[in-house]
Amino acid sequence: MVQLKVNGADKSFNGDPGTPLLWYLRDVLRLNGSKFGCGIGLCGACTIHVNGQATRSCVTTMSNIAGKEVTTVEGLERNGLHPVQKAWMQINVPQCGYCQVGQIMQAVALLNSKKKPTDQEIDDAMAGNICRCGTYQRIRAAIKSAAERRHERD
Amino acid sequence: MNGIENVSRRRFLTGGIVAAGALVLGVHCYPKLAAGDELPDDTNVDHATLHPSVYLGINPDGTVWIVASRAEMGTTSRTTLPLVVADELDADWKRVRIEQAIGDKRYGDQNTDGSHSVRSFYNAMREAGATARFMLIEAAAQQWGVPATECETDLHVVVHRSTNRTAGYGELASTAAKFPIPRKEELKFKPKSAWRYIGKGAVSYDLEALVTGKATYGMDAHIDGMVYASVEHPPVLGGKVKSFDDKEALKVPGVQQTVAIDPFKPPPAFQPLGGVAVIADNTWAAFQGRKKLNIAWDNGPNENYNSEVYKNELRATSHNPCKVVRNIGDADAVFAKGGKAYEADYYVPLLAHAAMEPMVALADYKDGKVTIWAPTQNPQGAQDTVAKELGIPKEDVICHVTLLGGGFGRKSKPDYIAEAAVLSKKLGRPVKVVWTREDDIKFDYYNAVASMYLKAALGTNGKPTAWLQRSVFPPIPSIFDVNAVYGDAAHLQQGWTDIPYDLPNLRVENGPAKAHVRIGWLRAVANIYHGFAIQCFTDELAHAAGRDPLDYLLDLIGNPRTIDFKGVEYPNYGASVDAYPWETGRLRHVTELVAEKSGWGKRKHSKRTGVGIAVHRSFLTYVATVVEVEVNDQGQVRIPRVDVALDAGLVVNPEATRAQFEGAAVFGTSVARTGEITATKGVIDQSNFQDYPVARINEVPAQTNVYIVDSDAPPAGVGEPGVPPFIAAFCNAIFAAIGKRVRDLPITKLGLS
Repeated sequence: MVQLKVNGADKSFNGDPGTPLLWYLRDVLRLNGSKFGCGIGLCGACTIHVNGQATRSCVTTMSNIAGKEVTTVEGLERNGLHPVQKAWMQINVPQCGYCQVGQIMQAVALLNSKKKPTDQEIDDAMAGNICRCGTYQRIRAAIKSAAERRHERD
Repeated sequence: MNGIENVSRRRFLTGGIVAAGALVLGVHCYPKLAAGDELPDDTNVDHATLHPSVYLGINPDGTVWIVASRAEMGTTSRTTLPLVVADELDADWKRVRIEQAIGDKRYGDQNTDGSHSVRSFYNAMREAGATARFMLIEAAAQQWGVPATECETDLHVVVHRSTNRTAGYGELASTAAKFPIPRKEELKFKPKSAWRYIGKGAVSYDLEALVTGKATYGMDAHIDGMVYASVEHPPVLGGKVKSFDDKEALKVPGVQQTVAIDPFKPPPAFQPLGGVAVIADNTWAAFQGRKKLNIAWDNGPNENYNSEVYKNELRATSHNPCKVVRNIGDADAVFAKGGKAYEADYYVPLLAHAAMEPMVALADYKDGKVTIWAPTQNPQGAQDTVAKELGIPKEDVICHVTLLGGGFGRKSKPDYIAEAAVLSKKLGRPVKVVWTREDDIKFDYYNAVASMYLKAALGTNGKPTAWLQRSVFPPIPSIFDVNAVYGDAAHLQQGWTDIPYDLPNLRVENGPAKAHVRIGWLRAVANIYHGFAIQCFTDELAHAAGRDPLDYLLDLIGNPRTIDFKGVEYPNYGASVDAYPWETGRLRHVTELVAEKSGWGKRKHSKRTGVGIAVHRSFLTYVATVVEVEVNDQGQVRIPRVDVALDAGLVVNPEATRAQFEGAAVFGTSVARTGEITATKGVIDQSNFQDYPVARINEVPAQTNVYIVDSDAPPAGVGEPGVPPFIAAFCNAIFAAIGKRVRDLPITKLGLS
């Protein structure tokens, strides 16, 4: 039995403790925001937060997350949109959109640790997230825009 | 209600199709199958009070329903085409609801490929909007007792100016529905000056759903009682299962059973590949069970296919006379004179699509009918393939189209959908087939590997007096005909027979190549290798002549003229050459525009930095690209800047168009930097992003600037045309930076990264 929190709610899991968190989220909890892209932690489409850290849920097993807090895009913001999601809309980042939730979860974690990331810091933090449509230029702009807005608020 | 009368009239007008089944597809939710005998055209549009077109319906509350009949894979066609309807209707975009069409021939062609959604449906969308507007005006005029000619529309209302009366579209809908549907000749279209949305564009209708994770892709499709399947395919194309042992697989918790799938009967077309499916309670269990299968394979006729050997064969073929597909003058006579000549070989390997969402499909077979939910570019193609596989009529295949997590041409081929349908029929319950990334990379319909040989005889100023080009590649028709070895006109036209240079002597040839893997369409298709060869060769000739590549290129393009394709099989992407002539003046214009915008010849470049230029027309759109690169001592290439100018005729959605060209530069970066699929003994060597890398944020152009030519020419494609010139311009920039010539892609072959 694995106990964990998902988006603030207590959960317990009785299945194979080697099951990747991604498939628990998708097939059991039906939280479909986190996507399957590669299954080996190379594309970032499955990125969620574990105790606030950006984590690839496709290579994180249920036993790895016992007692931890998982946040998915569904739990990112209780009311309305997270500022990073707003920036994503303002810059019109997505094309097909399949990778974008993972990109956003990665960007939120980046902005939680760095208030105004440089281009290099953005590249370093986001290089694990593939976008095959090629929206990278807008991803970079959206991260800067979100950082800027928060900076103005602070 | 009026709807009844209108529905029957519509069926009469369209020749209608009636079939039993389920449904309504909202993109954000999946209704369960209804028990009753509902019609497949039972959509909100069809139910609307006023619905003069299959694409459009208006309800008394003023809601305008518009059908998106094309698939959405990121090109925004699901938004852009409804924008055209809304504009011609003079509708308030905020009151428009979009409904995704199922596969149904009443919508016309639905295969969302070939960058032709706007081009092929622009007029149909305008007619749909204008038809409803005409009827709404008639209704208001009757209500007010004034001539219709005195009425006009203004954002969701009909207006009678002289009496200052207005009536909303919603309140007019039921009266309007009583009027006959006007003939096309009666319609009045808005003048360009009155356009609200065309040319201004809009962000995706689904934008908020995309950033919140609420958007529904094929991977998210779910119905109660479904099981999950993962299929072990024959590792070599055309192979089959000799025997298999599933004892260990069945021990995996959650695994229910295994099912053998028959191998396809050649040619492969879109049939399932065959193999062994593991059926499980969840995706992970299906994946795990598959790893425990023990299968003995008969590898079949392609087990001796090796990429390195094959490459040499293609090249050897290209060094001998091949089939002539276009000829001007007598190139051989010029070469025979023995003057100065230049020749080069170019090579582009097999390429995989690697859309972020791997292949996936959910099928539910029940009582001789099957309902499918899939991320497909081609729902009618899916109906055809599934009907054939299951031996049922096409109308008994209901294909819902989810959002696509990327497509790039891969999801025009419904093999994965047929796989789900076959399994559901065998099991008698809903089955969701989920491909792994490894399946996606190893069992793609690859962009063809191609070898090109070019030779030019050089005259004054290094200008060619004769030009010969041969391309050799396994053609796409090989998936439909095992004996097909020559390129077909539809792909030879792609940047090859339509070489736009003003040359006195030209011979274009194509050589035979047998396919050993499934070959298919990938974003820009044959334009990728043809554009690469011609545009890099041009750059080589410019440097050989000691001339500026831009000046040389313009010299070759020559004066504005329309290319004469007399004697050449030139399909022009399915468009008429009258509406879409090949105009070198437009190519010249984008070339000059990109040169100006990029500061060609004016910017200072430091050591190991260079710019390259390339041009290309594909999918009826003219594109010129300038790429700047920096190459460090370790051979690492950075791309600080890309400038691209395009003439796509009328551009409905400039914002989406810019995004497509930004994305095309990234797609081209992946092709040029690392794109290579190889095979050893018929087995694909690559499997996932570690050995088939695609470009990441730190490898792509830092900035891509897109310049759209303002044009009244009819609309052309925007999804694909940005890819080919990027690749060549990038390689030409590398030469400018470090003097290394890229002739074999990807650039890793030169020790660059």
